[in-house]
Amino acid sequence: MTVIDESAQPMSTNSAVLPGQSAVGRATIIGGPPPGAATLEARGACAWFGERLVLEGVDLVMPAGQVTALIGPSGCGKSTFLRLLNRMHELIPGAALDGEILLDGDDIYATGTRAQQVRMRIGMVFQKPNPFPAMSIRENVLAGLKLARLKCDEKDDLVEQSLLRAGLWKEVRDRLDSAGGALSGGQQQRLCIARSLAVQPNVLLMDEPCSALDPTSTRRVEETIDELRGEVTVVIVTHNMQQANRVSDICAFFLAAENQPGAVVEQGPTRKMFENPDDPRTLDYVEGRFG
Amino acid sequence: MSTETLSSPSATPSTSTSGSSRPSPQRRARRPREFTNFDVWVLVGSIISAFCLNWLIFYRLTAGASLFGFLLCSYFTFLAIFGVVTADRMGRLVATDRVMTVVVVSAAAIVFVPLVLLIGYILVQGLKALRPNFFISDQEGITPVLPSTSGGASHAIIGSIEQVGLALLWSLPLALAAAVFLNESRSKWRRPVRIFVDAMSGLPSIVAGLFIFATLILPFAKSGNPLFGYNGFMASLALAITMLPTITRTVDVVLRLVPDGLREASLALGASRARTVLSVVFPTARTGMTTAVVLGIARAVGETAPLLFTAFGYDLMNSNPFAGSQESLPLFVYRNIRKPDISAIERGFAGALVLLMLVVALFALARFIGRDRSKRRGAPKGGGAAVQTNPDDPLNAPVRPTSAPVAANPTFQENPTP
Repeated sequence: MTVIDESAQPMSTNSAVLPGQSAVGRATIIGGPPPGAATLEARGACAWFGERLVLEGVDLVMPAGQVTALIGPSGCGKSTFLRLLNRMHELIPGAALDGEILLDGDDIYATGTRAQQVRMRIGMVFQKPNPFPAMSIRENVLAGLKLARLKCDEKDDLVEQSLLRAGLWKEVRDRLDSAGGALSGGQQQRLCIARSLAVQPNVLLMDEPCSALDPTSTRRVEETIDELRGEVTVVIVTHNMQQANRVSDICAFFLAAENQPGAVVEQGPTRKMFENPDDPRTLDYVEGRFG
Repeated sequence: MSTETLSSPSATPSTSTSGSSRPSPQRRARRPREFTNFDVWVLVGSIISAFCLNWLIFYRLTAGASLFGFLLCSYFTFLAIFGVVTADRMGRLVATDRVMTVVVVSAAAIVFVPLVLLIGYILVQGLKALRPNFFISDQEGITPVLPSTSGGASHAIIGSIEQVGLALLWSLPLALAAAVFLNESRSKWRRPVRIFVDAMSGLPSIVAGLFIFATLILPFAKSGNPLFGYNGFMASLALAITMLPTITRTVDVVLRLVPDGLREASLALGASRARTVLSVVFPTARTGMTTAVVLGIARAVGETAPLLFTAFGYDLMNSNPFAGSQESLPLFVYRNIRKPDISAIERGFAGALVLLMLVVALFALARFIGRDRSKRRGAPKGGGAAVQTNPDDPLNAPVRPTSAPVAANPTFQENPTP
């Protein structure tokens, strides 16, 4: 936490609130998600695109406050699974699903549960940075409030905290009112992370967040993920084995045989998955022998 | 021979790119596709010789067929001479390239000629009657014996503004709703609707006027209600029908340009679909949508046919669009050009000139609003802040332990051993 405080210092009009305390979670959002990380659990998750079954029978627990990495070759259903987790899957025409996704024990697909409410609690960062081009940096960070119709009395604090948590505050604090699209790719991606964090979600899903970034920006994003540990449950899809190894606590290996739906081959603590996996296919994959 | 002597000056030190401070060899910037002064002289020389040759053939050796034949033959002779001379100087490859360039450029110029003639003619004719009072007075007390500079078209200008403004009021909400339906919904009716919109934009505009006349004016003719007679309101309904497809199609195109990633990002933040459209899609497409509106206005303001039996036309000021027939600029032009007296015809041309300027101004406005401002926005500020914000500069990196070298962070130490 001292980490954040040090970078929070001068020139900020709100610096009086910050010293000596955690910058995180101070601004209260009215009507937002409940505080703290939440456990996400998939039970027998299946997904179809049209008539084609692309994901079958995934059982996976993503414990609260930990980082779960989903690895596997392309087309094995990792991203589809990720999109199942916050009901983005159903937005695709012809998409269908089965099974349960439990957020702290409650099925997010239960009748009477609003998709918007679920997505507010389970944020998402996409592969391609997508800040809203018509909004300034500040407006981008606050976009979640505006879009989900939440209220916050300390908007300046919230902007600062969110940007701090995303590791972008230092770089943009002097130009919060310039366009979000004017940032570099890595900065844009961190702005998107800040935007997701501003709603103070319980879970953050990341779909290959670093695939379009250079190594320096990738390191920054990984630091951000590392700092979120304990506060937010993170689920990250990545093609980068080293990255999965570095950032995750738990790892799940997805694989799809030819013309077969994707499924989880093996899951477990990251260290075990990378050093001593039970399944030979996992060993082959993490050591780069295929995929 | 002449090639050598004339092209040698370009190799003089003046074209050297290196500064005088550095003792480096003389450099000459070569531009393989450059069109030098000498090439221009070759071009002009070819034109002159082609004209001379054809003049000799057409007007001295023969009886002179026609001007058109003369020009056509001159043009092809020019191409041949220019091609041969260039081939002699620089080879066949360059000659082919140059000749094709000349063909394309002259084709573009030929297309441009009618436009210039048209605008020039209206300008010359219209300026005869265009005086400041054209904008402030109507046709009250105007008789055929008065000069064309007397009287004006203020009633037509007011009528145009009212009719087009009302038409925009009716068509804009419908067009926006249709464009949103086409883009943001997943209904299977989108295809038929899109086809209808396309078909509607091909609708002859007089049919729009006829439709309003047949459905709203004729059936109520005996009621005596001025709202259902010839008036500006009826004209605005007819104009709205012609504007609707134009605006819908343009807005449809701009909304389609909004990346799906933005919609997904918005939905992933917990926004409803309606909220996404209002707060993300519309602001992102704002400039394009403004352009669409201006294009719709420009289309409607020049329409004459829908007004013929809706607004009907009137010589005096009638600023109430809901009662009594009204004038508009295109109607003013149409009605005056058909009159037998010269001064009325000149006034008609003045009206056409005003209309032309109005449309040009609207298109300029559309281009101005629709220009790409994303690059300019934030650039001056960003330039100043760039020194502090360079993430690659270790001096400017955030002062915090985690951004220290990678090895300092325990999570980065575990490397998989391949």
